Amino acid sequence: MMIATTAAPSRPAPDLPEGPSRVPGLPPREPADHRRSRNRRSAGRPGASLAVNGILLLGVAYMVLPLLWLLFAVTKDAKGLYGSSAFSPGGAFVENLQQLMTQDGGIFWRWLGNSVLYAGIGALVCGFVALMAGYAFDKFSFRGKNGLYGFVLVGVLIPNTATVIPLYLLAASVGATNTIWAVLIPAFCNPFSVYLARVFSAGYLPDETLEAARVDGAGPIRSFFSIGLPMLVPGFVTIVLFQFVAIWNNFMLPLIMLQDRDLFPSSVGIALWQSQVQQNPEFSTLVIAGSFVSILPLVLAFIGLQRFWRSGLSAGSVK
Amino acid sequence: MSVRLADRAPRTTRHPIAGTGGRTAAIFLTPFFVLFLVAMIAPVVYAIGMSLFAERRSGLGFGGTETEFVGFGNYVDVLSSETFVAGFGRLALYCLLYIPVLLGTALLFALLLDAAVAKAKRALQLLLFLPHAVPGVIAALIWAYLYTPGVSPFVSALESGGIQIDFLSVHMVLPSMVNIAVWEWAGYNMIILFTALQAVPREVLEAARVDGAGEIRTALWIKTPLIAPSLGIALLFTVIGSLQLFTEPTILSSATTAVTSTWVPNMWAYDAAFNRNNLPQAAAASIILALVAGVLSWVVTRFASKGRA
Repeated sequence: MMIATTAAPSRPAPDLPEGPSRVPGLPPREPADHRRSRNRRSAGRPGASLAVNGILLLGVAYMVLPLLWLLFAVTKDAKGLYGSSAFSPGGAFVENLQQLMTQDGGIFWRWLGNSVLYAGIGALVCGFVALMAGYAFDKFSFRGKNGLYGFVLVGVLIPNTATVIPLYLLAASVGATNTIWAVLIPAFCNPFSVYLARVFSAGYLPDETLEAARVDGAGPIRSFFSIGLPMLVPGFVTIVLFQFVAIWNNFMLPLIMLQDRDLFPSSVGIALWQSQVQQNPEFSTLVIAGSFVSILPLVLAFIGLQRFWRSGLSAGSVK
Repeated sequence: MSVRLADRAPRTTRHPIAGTGGRTAAIFLTPFFVLFLVAMIAPVVYAIGMSLFAERRSGLGFGGTETEFVGFGNYVDVLSSETFVAGFGRLALYCLLYIPVLLGTALLFALLLDAAVAKAKRALQLLLFLPHAVPGVIAALIWAYLYTPGVSPFVSALESGGIQIDFLSVHMVLPSMVNIAVWEWAGYNMIILFTALQAVPREVLEAARVDGAGEIRTALWIKTPLIAPSLGIALLFTVIGSLQLFTEPTILSSATTAVTSTWVPNMWAYDAAFNRNNLPQAAAASIILALVAGVLSWVVTRFASKGRA
């Protein structure tokens, strides 16, 4: 127990490489698997192996079966959904997608487009603004820095949904509800992204590089764009990815801000259809097909961008 | 240009390197703080202001409304509303159930993945994390179907085993909601804890082995205390996240009557604003929720930093 309190907190996140040796512009390296040799040595007991891997497989089943259910459900018509065995395919996949595409004049594609617009633009702007702020907090020294940074951290601690209704009240008082700005402007601002940006700036961008640039006569703004920004690309991608997912998944804010169905993102649109299922069970195939289509891009993004969310999660867990 | 020149001259004494001082920092910080002010500070200040007033209909309701200063009257009304207090009670119960189950599950998976005998670690991590890529609305929808008799393979499997559970009944709906949230967030927290476990120094674990500690004892008494700071962070974000509960109950309310329109404080505030048209009370309820979140976060942060010192 004595050892317990010493080591871990002061260690840097394993994904953050150690300063100047990094090649700028490349994604962060995978954590070194420095414990593989230890792992091999004790891998001798078949009973323990069975238990460990067995429980892990149960966990995987818990996580994957609901998604598998969705995969099969999207192939069934309304009758098959209630009448056939859950993990058997039906023959209505194409019809379901066609119905999804044509329902209410193809409004689902509009919703999906809105999701892409809100999450894409929101995340890019948020990432850029946060990167500038995190960079300033890491590299510049000025009076009141700690106080200002503490202010940002307080922002991290306030739950989003507690500010949604106040945000609505303010937006209503200036007549900004039911516009894309009511959804976009809050998406531009995420204090946690500033926190991540500061961690990334400290991890990826050695002070000496910037000092060298300044000695060579580059001004602070030029240094940021020509040296800081390229070296912070992996951090930028990570922050954008996290914010993209957060905006894509946000439900309460667009639900409250938007009344015009044409402005809905897919989450609110699908929830609207779901609320009609009780009067009209036919809507359940629409809801399921819509859910399937709208999680596909995110699941693929997560599989393709593994190293970024990993580095984001570990950077987020550093003190 | 002028900014750069102005920045250089007087500040060189305090900052040996030009362009690292306050004025340049201001250029970089202004966009964020303007947004921060507009998207977080101003709304909260506006809501606090609004929560101190009430709208009273004059006459028979035809004479328009008058705004009247009522001080903390709205807060008193909100806190004495039975539905609001019941909602907060449900939220507390939800947190009590959700937080230990979530962090326990995440820690179990992280420790198992970190165990020497675990296979295919990268693939397992991805599969365990996958539900996190599913938006909350969709996760709630999928599980709403998986709780519905006649559609759900799990309900029918339990039935054929002689067990009858109505997951959407008044007593089961809260644990059912906890299950949805655990499904969404266990993988996320598992990765945080697993990453921390990867940083545990090898010598410490070898020393434990030499002292005769088995895998399970090492996991519980050496590894877990060593990753306490990461557990603290995970706890902090889970507390903040749990208080936001809105999406899952809102979606489930269309599948079961057990979830009312004021089921949790967030839903109460939504209902106040959009069904009862009482914006000052909605504002007061949001401020109460933000305050509770702030106090809880502060407590968790204190608790976590004590564990570290």
